[in-house]
Amino acid sequence: MSDFFAPEFVRLVLALVAIMGFVAANGMALLYVERKVAGHVQRRPGPFEVGPHGLLQALADAGKLVGKQLATPRGADALLFWTAPLMAFMPVPLMFIAMPFSENLWGLGTDLGLVLILSFAGFNVLALCLAGWASNNKWSLLGAARAVAQAVAYEIPLLLSVLAVAMLTGSLDLREVAAHQGAWPWQWNVFVQPLAFFIYFVCAVAETNRAPFDLAEAESELTAGVHTEYSGMGNGIIFLAEYANMLVVSCVATVLFLGGAAGPWAPGPWWFLAKMYALVTLIIFMRWTYPRVRFDQLLNLNWRWLMPLALVNLVLTAFCVKLWGGA
Amino acid sequence: MGLVAAFSEALSGLKSMVVGLKVTGTNFLRPQETVHYPRQEVPRDALATFRGHIELVGTDDDPALARCVGCGLCMELCPSRCIRVEAEDPPPAEAPPSVAHTMSDLLMPTPKFRAAPPSQAPVARKLLGYHLTYHTCSLCGLCVQNCPAGSIRFSSNVYFAGEARETFELDLMARLRRQSGREGGKP
Ligand code: SF4
Ligand code: SF4
Repeated sequence: MSDFFAPEFVRLVLALVAIMGFVAANGMALLYVERKVAGHVQRRPGPFEVGPHGLLQALADAGKLVGKQLATPRGADALLFWTAPLMAFMPVPLMFIAMPFSENLWGLGTDLGLVLILSFAGFNVLALCLAGWASNNKWSLLGAARAVAQAVAYEIPLLLSVLAVAMLTGSLDLREVAAHQGAWPWQWNVFVQPLAFFIYFVCAVAETNRAPFDLAEAESELTAGVHTEYSGMGNGIIFLAEYANMLVVSCVATVLFLGGAAGPWAPGPWWFLAKMYALVTLIIFMRWTYPRVRFDQLLNLNWRWLMPLALVNLVLTAFCVKLWGGA
Repeated sequence: MGLVAAFSEALSGLKSMVVGLKVTGTNFLRPQETVHYPRQEVPRDALATFRGHIELVGTDDDPALARCVGCGLCMELCPSRCIRVEAEDPPPAEAPPSVAHTMSDLLMPTPKFRAAPPSQAPVARKLLGYHLTYHTCSLCGLCVQNCPAGSIRFSSNVYFAGEARETFELDLMARLRRQSGREGGKP
């Protein structure tokens, strides 16, 4: 019973609540930013009518989504069907919990932060599988097959590129990886490991199912894949999870490659947020710039380019670390 | 494909992606093209190529009077049958003799307006009414292209909306008269 109110426990609960708030607020904000960016890239205003400059549009959409009927397809396994969106979203707070937002701002101090994040990221694949299968519908099933093939494929080079950084630092603790880098940009890992950063970034975009790799859902061409049968908030949660995953991969990239919360002049969480949002904006911009790839192109890019490159990078890193001792 | 070629292709592909980002980036910073409709309107000069419903063109002397000679060509040509021209028939004395139905006439009926042999002196019929059923018009432009008197053109009536079908049944002659009265002769 006394354990129940131990400071560590209270800290964890507080961290989880804060993270949920952060993720939800970000989901709203990014939805708005996404549409504004899309609008301005196409030289139109984006949402404009609800609230000043359409600021309340995301709220209105959320209200609409909540108000919609939740329909379960006939013959579908209702339990699994509704577990899938929850499973897509559930690991998100857990992935943030080990994230060092600054030198001493994190939810859970663990030596295995990186492993924690990567393993919980795998949940998403299971959620996609479940959503596709439980929808009792061949489009969803095919969509799930595509999504899983993509997620599994891109997970490998992603892990390899992250591993190179871990080798360089000699630690899987995100705090230590961040502390290992200096304040100035040329002291960041991205300068030692540009190839790993590039591979990580491409894989991260693919892992989050963002364009140009959004074949899993492509509403207009491929019947929305695993989302086909989800209505109202079921769909909303899957989308919220997508945005949250976008944040997670940007956070991880910030910690691993861009020096985390370190920055010149005034180190602190704002540097972390600035770097993270810069990456998120880049991902959003890419969606409105590049045409969607074909599925064979998607898999070719991974198996023929990213995989070998990541392997070569890893071997080279191991060699150099062995020669010069690394960290 | 050799390794070098593959790599150079990949590099040029990467470069094209950076160029793509530059394109969207510059567009991002350019001013918007769309207008916030109820508060702003499309500038007139942006409507030069806009195809609104058709309208009649007035004569040079009297902008309230259509150039139309009442030939009915537009009515016959319109694939959607949405034009109705009412014109006074020529005096009975000059009425053309009805053309006998020949074999080729049966195979490919000649339109009514061509049934009469072309007379040397152009017979202008007096235009009594010109009605457009705009909701069936496909804006194909055949009428505009083929009017021998150059009496039809596309209007720039962008904000044409309504709730009832009757809103789109237009009396173009009345419209021409209104226009000339309002805009001081310029239709
Ligand atoms: S084709 Fe031209 S001239 Fe002939 S009836 Fe139509 S508008 Fe009048
Ligand atoms: S534009 Fe075409 S459809 Fe419309 S009135 Fe003219 S001929 Fe008929």
